[in-house]
Amino acid sequence: MQTGVLETTRQPRALTRPSRIRRLWTKICRLRMGILGGLILLGLLAAALLANWLAPHGPFEQDIMSRLQPPAWMPGGSSEHLLGTDGVGRDLFSRIIHGSRISLAVGLSAVILQVLIGVILGLAAGYYRGWVDSSISFMVNVMLGFPFILLAMSLVAVLGPSLQNIIIALGLTGWPIFTRVTRVEVLKLRDMEFVLAARSLAFSTLRIMSKHILPNILPSILVLATVEVARAIIRESLLSFLGLGIQPPTPSWGAMLAEGRDYMLMQWWLAAFPGLAIFLSALGINLLGDGLRDLIDPHLRKD
Amino acid sequence: MKTFIIKRLIQALAVCLVISMISFFLLFLNADPALVLLPPEAEVEDIAAFKKQMGFDRPIIVQYLDFIGKVIFHADFGNSFVAKVPTLKLLAERVPATLKLTASAVLIANLIAIPLGILAAVRRYSLLDNLSTLIALMGQAMPLYWLGIMLIIVFGVWLGWLPISGSQTLPHLILPAVTLAAYLLPANMRLVRSGMLDVLNQDYIRTARAKGAGEIRVFIVHAFKNAAIPLVIITGLQFSILLGGTVVTETVFAWPGLGRLAVNSILMGDYPVVQAIVIFFSLCVVIGNLLADILAAFIDPRIRQE
Repeated sequence: MQTGVLETTRQPRALTRPSRIRRLWTKICRLRMGILGGLILLGLLAAALLANWLAPHGPFEQDIMSRLQPPAWMPGGSSEHLLGTDGVGRDLFSRIIHGSRISLAVGLSAVILQVLIGVILGLAAGYYRGWVDSSISFMVNVMLGFPFILLAMSLVAVLGPSLQNIIIALGLTGWPIFTRVTRVEVLKLRDMEFVLAARSLAFSTLRIMSKHILPNILPSILVLATVEVARAIIRESLLSFLGLGIQPPTPSWGAMLAEGRDYMLMQWWLAAFPGLAIFLSALGINLLGDGLRDLIDPHLRKD
Repeated sequence: MKTFIIKRLIQALAVCLVISMISFFLLFLNADPALVLLPPEAEVEDIAAFKKQMGFDRPIIVQYLDFIGKVIFHADFGNSFVAKVPTLKLLAERVPATLKLTASAVLIANLIAIPLGILAAVRRYSLLDNLSTLIALMGQAMPLYWLGIMLIIVFGVWLGWLPISGSQTLPHLILPAVTLAAYLLPANMRLVRSGMLDVLNQDYIRTARAKGAGEIRVFIVHAFKNAAIPLVIITGLQFSILLGGTVVTETVFAWPGLGRLAVNSILMGDYPVVQAIVIFFSLCVVIGNLLADILAAFIDPRIRQE
């Protein structure tokens, strides 16, 4: 009876296998948003690495005679300054290109810090369980109960606003999500045969964790980390926007947006373009993250 | 159920207590309150005398116990360094504005998210569904404060339809509420959609259809009622996102609520106020999580046994 039900509900098989090219094409189509995201991220990387060559002007180069020029396509704009100039005559386009360095540096470093803290705690919580798990889970609850922005702002206020301290503040506030994910994955894995086998062979805990458990959870961590980079970039810009981040005149997108806010009644482009840069970068990284998730584990597809 | 609630309540209170401790140490690590309170030309002896008088010379742990004791037994958060009035009074003045903003934002977000989420699930893979996916993706990547500024530029400056800052009249509320709503909208919409998709495949939906219920009745009465459960639970869990959002939105729109007070107090070193807001916000978050937990356990008995 049971098997009969299964037989009838099974989907009919395709009679002919689609050609190899066609299958590749379907796969690419499915992943095209991810590829688009990857391209955006590549563009961002290129901007950061080649800023000195790509930017037509220096990020601090002031030309007071041509201050507050509109973008090139508007009346009064010049091709000299593609996206216009700011209040002291700096080229907005060049500053945005240089700003990608700050955003990427903060985003990547902060997430590396988050992964280091979060994964180690998650491994410990999931593997040892008991009081280790309880106390780590309690810490996670405390961190999640803290309003992020106030904690990060207070941390930066304590440490002083600098690139390094922003990274520390974002790293110290963002790890709980990694702990949660790692812990759940480890709980699933720790009683599986291959781990039991490793344990019965008297492998050290360190070896089991690093050689047997960690490789299995890395894909999930990688996908999560990608999305968290986007979040860290947005958060850095927010801290800079609130005046507790990267300090002017360093070209951080958030700080540029904060400066642009003072001019928003007349010179809208000063706030619009730095924000657009943040938005596009975060969108690209998120698309890449979604694509990676589909590639690594189709079951995790958001639906 | 009773033991479950009591256990979670004790856990929640412990979380709040630890949060208050961390923020206390963090803030008092930051700067010397005597330096904030006294004029810069104060003599060393004056500072020492002032510290002794205010109790700032005691070990930090004693100061914390004194502080938290006053908070718990007298609801006394001390006086604001800047405004020189009781912190709690300052907070109470700001709560209504924040409440007005958050309530409107939740309302707007759900008024759009629920119909759109239902339609996206019912017409899966349609243009509308793809559009909702796009909105969700964009919403995730959108810096909230940038959205706020862009709305100000378009609707306040270019079109001149709405006021750009302040809080006196209803039109003042529209832009901040829409900004904050845009923050909640993508997640809620996806949630309604996935909840509906789960439910639409259930047997009781087929039963309802077999009994001759119309499609609209099936979607609203039979499916959405069940799909709404996760939405209600998530709303409880969303408090921290919502409060974080108010900090940003209120700063952009000069909205006189708690979030803007928090930012200004951090920037000015007014630590009793920051401390009180941190405790207040985390209480909201923890209570929200607790309500969500209790609700989830009430609905799903398996969670209670964990």
